[in-house]
Amino acid sequence: MSDDGYEVAIVGAGIVGAACADEFARRGLRVILIDREAVGSGATAAGMGHIVVMDDSDAQFALTHYSQRLWQSLRPELPEDVEYDQCGTIWVAADEEEMAEVRRKADYYSERNLVTDVLDEAQLKTLEPNLRPALAGGLLVPDDGVLYPPCAARVLAERAQQHGAKLQLGCAVERMEQGCVQMSDGHEIRAEFLVNAAGAVAPALTPGLEVKKRKGHLVITDRYPKFLRHQLVELGYLKNAHAVTADSVAFNVQPRRTGQILIGSSRQYGAEDKEVDHDILSRMLQRSQEYMPALGSMSAMRTWTGFRAATPDKLPLIGPWPGDKSLFLATGHEGLGITTSLGTARILVDQITGAQPEIPIEPYLPSRNAKEQVHA
Amino acid sequence: MPERVTVTVNGARVDVACGSTVAVAMILAGQPCRASVNGESRGPLCAMGICFECCVAINGVPHRRSCQVFCENGMEVRTDG
Amino acid sequence: MAKFDRARFDVLVIGGGPAGLAAASRAGQHGATVGIVDDNPKLGGQIWRATCEQEHPQTARWSEQLRRANVTVFAGTRVLHQIEPGVLLAEQMQSAHELRYDKLVLATGARERFLPFPGWTLPNVFGAGGLQAMVKCGLPVIGKRVLVAGSGPLLLAVAAYLRNCGARILMICEQTSARALAQFGLSLWREPAKLAQAFRLKKDLAGIPFATRSWPVEAHGSEALESVAISRGGKGEAIACDYLACGFHLIPNTELAALLGCTIENGYVSVSDLQETSVPGVFCAGEPTGIGGVELALIEGQIAGLVAAGQIADARQLSRQRRKALCFARGLEQTFKLNPELQKLAKAETIVCRCEDVTYSRLRPYHSWTAAKLQTRCGMGACQGRVCGPATQFLFKWNPDSVRPPIFPARVESLALRATAATNS
Repeated sequence: MSDDGYEVAIVGAGIVGAACADEFARRGLRVILIDREAVGSGATAAGMGHIVVMDDSDAQFALTHYSQRLWQSLRPELPEDVEYDQCGTIWVAADEEEMAEVRRKADYYSERNLVTDVLDEAQLKTLEPNLRPALAGGLLVPDDGVLYPPCAARVLAERAQQHGAKLQLGCAVERMEQGCVQMSDGHEIRAEFLVNAAGAVAPALTPGLEVKKRKGHLVITDRYPKFLRHQLVELGYLKNAHAVTADSVAFNVQPRRTGQILIGSSRQYGAEDKEVDHDILSRMLQRSQEYMPALGSMSAMRTWTGFRAATPDKLPLIGPWPGDKSLFLATGHEGLGITTSLGTARILVDQITGAQPEIPIEPYLPSRNAKEQVHA
Repeated sequence: MPERVTVTVNGARVDVACGSTVAVAMILAGQPCRASVNGESRGPLCAMGICFECCVAINGVPHRRSCQVFCENGMEVRTDG
Repeated sequence: MAKFDRARFDVLVIGGGPAGLAAASRAGQHGATVGIVDDNPKLGGQIWRATCEQEHPQTARWSEQLRRANVTVFAGTRVLHQIEPGVLLAEQMQSAHELRYDKLVLATGARERFLPFPGWTLPNVFGAGGLQAMVKCGLPVIGKRVLVAGSGPLLLAVAAYLRNCGARILMICEQTSARALAQFGLSLWREPAKLAQAFRLKKDLAGIPFATRSWPVEAHGSEALESVAISRGGKGEAIACDYLACGFHLIPNTELAALLGCTIENGYVSVSDLQETSVPGVFCAGEPTGIGGVELALIEGQIAGLVAAGQIADARQLSRQRRKALCFARGLEQTFKLNPELQKLAKAETIVCRCEDVTYSRLRPYHSWTAAKLQTRCGMGACQGRVCGPATQFLFKWNPDSVRPPIFPARVESLALRATAATNS
């Protein structure tokens, strides 16, 4: 048995898959969005939900900045439960070495027309009085924000449906290749184009794909309104997050619209199980207390883990998969999938429809990593 | 051991039997324990530390289950954030 | 910074109700180093809860045995997580503890099942056991008009207790049918002790209307409860009252067992005749293995304590008693099975998740607990789904999520202590 008549079949209804479905559907393509569970129930549900511009590389900046502007224009249409809050990010500098990084970052952003504000010790204290004393300063990026990802993914999937997309949930995919998605219940879905948007699970469907699981832990507190106003990230995060092999933790907290505080973050390679790893969790919370001592007495309600889809060069894979003309990728977003989902959807659909992308797409093409497979 | 203890609930004095929980003081004060997410008044339900409906701030510490805490003289209970 | 302690026990017992007290004292009598942990400020569990004036005589009796056996008592202590095999993390008001064990006995008891109906969130609507606990903890009820409703033998015990404390019990509404109760009553002939108990209760409850196939339909009141509309055998009736004491039988507390990986079937922890769970060295006794009341809990607790302390022959001597008490437990479950009509009590605007104010109509579109939780926040509040989880299981047949630490909300510093201690040493 098979369902036919689709132009695009997207596997993975996380925020990236949902954003792609929305973009395809609004440009008039017949789309089906497939997930083994519910919309936004994988890494999307596990993530922090920041809409943040990052500059690990020029390409990362281009995609995050582009995506952030797309989110800002979408914002008026988002319902209340998406909890979009343009709270801004403050990159917290602990010492003079990190202040040098603040200034470099400020210059880099301003050269690219992104407004920032360099904060000294006193200004930082005024904006976030619950940070510990004697921090060097920080960089405020006022356009950054946070949202609640599962509802954002749902809204994108609903928009897709309003434009005729079909949603198929609760059934796993066995294989996807040559214009055919093979479901575990035996039925097949045929489409001209297939999109693998399965996040960290993507390599199971597309062998040879260089995406690894990078495990993260998060903790959410009870409601403490007005305790925290901005998303705070330690600049040491750069040193930590750049460490590709070792497990690392970094101070990263977010104020949620509910008054709750979301505490991160951790990064681990090679940890495949979903269990909370108490050693890394306690290190992560210890780090958060070093920056905000008052967090210690707060009530932590839940902890959870999730898997980022990490690529070797920390850039996502957006575009055709060499060797199968029907197959496209939209995965490998690491910790930035919520932010870059909208940009990803735009440039993927541009590629398939032959439209002119608004940013250069070469850094994200899967062929950059997969050359060996093509020639093998 | 004194037979009664006095606590304050949102500044008003409440006199309870020694050994009473703060949840009991809340009922005697005629005060709900918390406003729900949408602003409804809530009071104790399970009285055994499970439901968290009786959470109040005790001596400045928010989100304490009042059914699990015994009243002590001079204790300050607040429900107004 | 909060205090951090470490302790080690041959046998660690979680839960200070009848099963836990029995387990700890039996294990302690045989020379094991034993610790007992309870979340409540005093031992005794829910059934032997102390009043303001005094400890329950049964708690006092078992506590004396704990003293003789040098059992270490951790009251007001919440177990949060197993941070490595054989090590539990627990928290008190000002401190956190790492508790190491060789053998673990889970005697975590049960809680009331709450079902949503319009107005159930009004102040002065309590659980049935909930109102009893409030009264034991100092709430005066002299002259108060109380409606007792829901299901299970607890309703009768609560009504009798409250009446003895001076309350006016207006009615007891039991959701199950008179026929189911009669069959259960007949089975009591085989249990002379329980029958005597039943007769005593009957005397205590003389003159109180007892209505079967009856339940609250809506609680009314502006700031707090003023009256309750009930369905009494299919007919509507309004009852003005001060307090509603309403619980629909009991739900076992299996969170810790689930966290440890113990097999759970149909909501109960699976155990052998010797109270062994599927996890080696972990035992379970009392309500988590099946709602069976205090007699069964005491027997199971003793067996668990004895086996944990290596006294298997002694434990086996209790197995006949255990089998007998188990029959009674199965009868309980059958008798107080929920009437499917109760699924209709929640209306579109009725709150199901009290922590996050999620209404029935918002949950209705979802097909699983996980999807509903992610989209509506149902079950994401401080109670971690302990109230709305069993309710949605009954209303929508949703299966609960896997359990994640901490199994109770905990201070951030308690969860961080392992790293803090490592840094400081």
